[in-house]
Amino acid sequence: MDKTWNNKAWFLVLPVLVLVAFTAVIPLMTVVNYSVQDTFGNNVFTWAGTEWFEELLSSSRFWEAMVRNLIFSFIILAIEVPLGIFIALNMPKKGWGVPVCLVLMSLPLLIPWNVVGTIWQVFGRNDIGLLGYYLNAIGIDYNYVQDPFDAWVTIIIMDVWHWTSLVVLLCYAGLVSIPDAFYQAAKIDGASRWAVFRYIQLPKMQRVLLIAVLLRFMDSFMIYTEPFVVTGGGPGNSTTFLSIDLVKTALGQFDLGPAAAMSLVYFLIILLLSWVFYTVMTNYDAER
Amino acid sequence: MAGANERTERNAMNGTASEGLSGTLSQSDLDRRMRRRGEESRWWWIVPTLYIIVLLLPIYWLINMSFKTNAEIVNSMTLYPHAPTIANYVTIFTEKAWYSGYINSITYVVMNMVISVSVALPAAYAFSRYRFLGDKHLFFWLLTNRMAPPAVFALPFFQLYSAFGLIDTHIAVALAHCLFNVPLAVWILEGFMSGVPKEIDETAYIDGYSFPRFFVKIFMPLIASGIGVACFFCFMFSWVELLIARTLTTTDAKPIAATMTRTVSAAGMDWGLLAAAGVLTLIPGALVIWFVRNYIAKGFALGRV
Repeated sequence: MDKTWNNKAWFLVLPVLVLVAFTAVIPLMTVVNYSVQDTFGNNVFTWAGTEWFEELLSSSRFWEAMVRNLIFSFIILAIEVPLGIFIALNMPKKGWGVPVCLVLMSLPLLIPWNVVGTIWQVFGRNDIGLLGYYLNAIGIDYNYVQDPFDAWVTIIIMDVWHWTSLVVLLCYAGLVSIPDAFYQAAKIDGASRWAVFRYIQLPKMQRVLLIAVLLRFMDSFMIYTEPFVVTGGGPGNSTTFLSIDLVKTALGQFDLGPAAAMSLVYFLIILLLSWVFYTVMTNYDAER
Repeated sequence: MAGANERTERNAMNGTASEGLSGTLSQSDLDRRMRRRGEESRWWWIVPTLYIIVLLLPIYWLINMSFKTNAEIVNSMTLYPHAPTIANYVTIFTEKAWYSGYINSITYVVMNMVISVSVALPAAYAFSRYRFLGDKHLFFWLLTNRMAPPAVFALPFFQLYSAFGLIDTHIAVALAHCLFNVPLAVWILEGFMSGVPKEIDETAYIDGYSFPRFFVKIFMPLIASGIGVACFFCFMFSWVELLIARTLTTTDAKPIAATMTRTVSAAGMDWGLLAAAGVLTLIPGALVIWFVRNYIAKGFALGRV
């Protein structure tokens, strides 16, 4: 890129800097502050050092929520990415079908997250929900309120329903950028359908797939609203993910110290993942 | 997504050419054979249609419920409302507790959209045109804010805005949502601005335009679609977020999403009303999606497609 070196550009960035400092840096400093102090109310704080961090890292509750969250992320990636690719490959490439597919498939992405939760809460209930009622009617014992396995299935299906379209849209954006000449050359070489996919379409989709995987991993890693509305983290603690656990500690019990320590550890993990995302993206762009 | 249009056009041209000229017979022959191989077969619509049906079923169920009475919802399993009623919608549009939720949501969402896009515009220009001290670190730092879990910020936001006496105001939610919307707007706009050749800037400066005048008169019209897309995504992400909005509001600025969850549990599960309120929250997205259909992947992928 032939960008000119100009430090005056800082003035253009200044408004963003001030605003984000107010919305991100000050709150984060508050969190750091709380994470090393103990309080018994009345704004009296005492130094606690690394106590909260030690407590957090040795608590089974935190690690269970973390493992649950990782398992959840890997399951939805394993379902959404292949399914998204498959649907994108079968999308129409021209004609009236293109805008219709794009618009209808994007619908779930634009629904407020708690309404997504509400939709599935209602849809899965075995008294008034279409899915729950008919599953029970054909003899499958399904009750997401009481059975942890059913709760997991419900939340995974909900997430697949909610976000697979994102993978589809990204893959589709990669696919339409492949020139026709590539397919014609493949035809002349007598390439099979699989070879076309493996050697033309997949490499061309590599960049968008990378974005899709990273975005889906990070967003699923901080999922809160949808499972909170559907299961509230239950039954028991079976669907309590990191965010749900954190909000319970911070806003439910007002345990400032432990909540702050947990926030920081959580934020550092996200920071690491964002760094991976950024490095992978910039390296990928630099190679081209 | 510009490639899509280009390719469609080229296909259309190929089509007319092969019909008109005998010399391009091999071309049409090739097209036909590719079609036979499953490239654009008659059955292409099966997979997308099945997928769309699966997507629409739960939404249909919500709409279906919103037109039923509670007695019908609880007592019978009906696939469509046998005694359709709009009573649920009437309740929402006449009771202040309900419709003020929509007004609150729209107020803070629009405030957030205006703030985010107006501060993001100059910043995105700086990132797309200049190199400056720490630019890459800054760009990365913005990304981390987009990726930050709202749960981490819920508690400190509550305390920060309490300290400024901003709890339960629209501006508090609008500012809080800048956390993830400003980075998003910067990334999307930067993507669009990098597509505008630098020569345009240089010519304008030679012609004697000052930077602000050039930016408003020449540059902004050039990236109008980018600004539209950025606005749409700021609107959308502020509209779908609940955790922070709920934490920062109690009554006067409470978003519809929070109104939904609370009123329902107090009234002992008024399913019809809940469904109607849900359906009304789908409408803003459904209305504007047509205009951004070609950019939707770009927006969700932070402008990196």
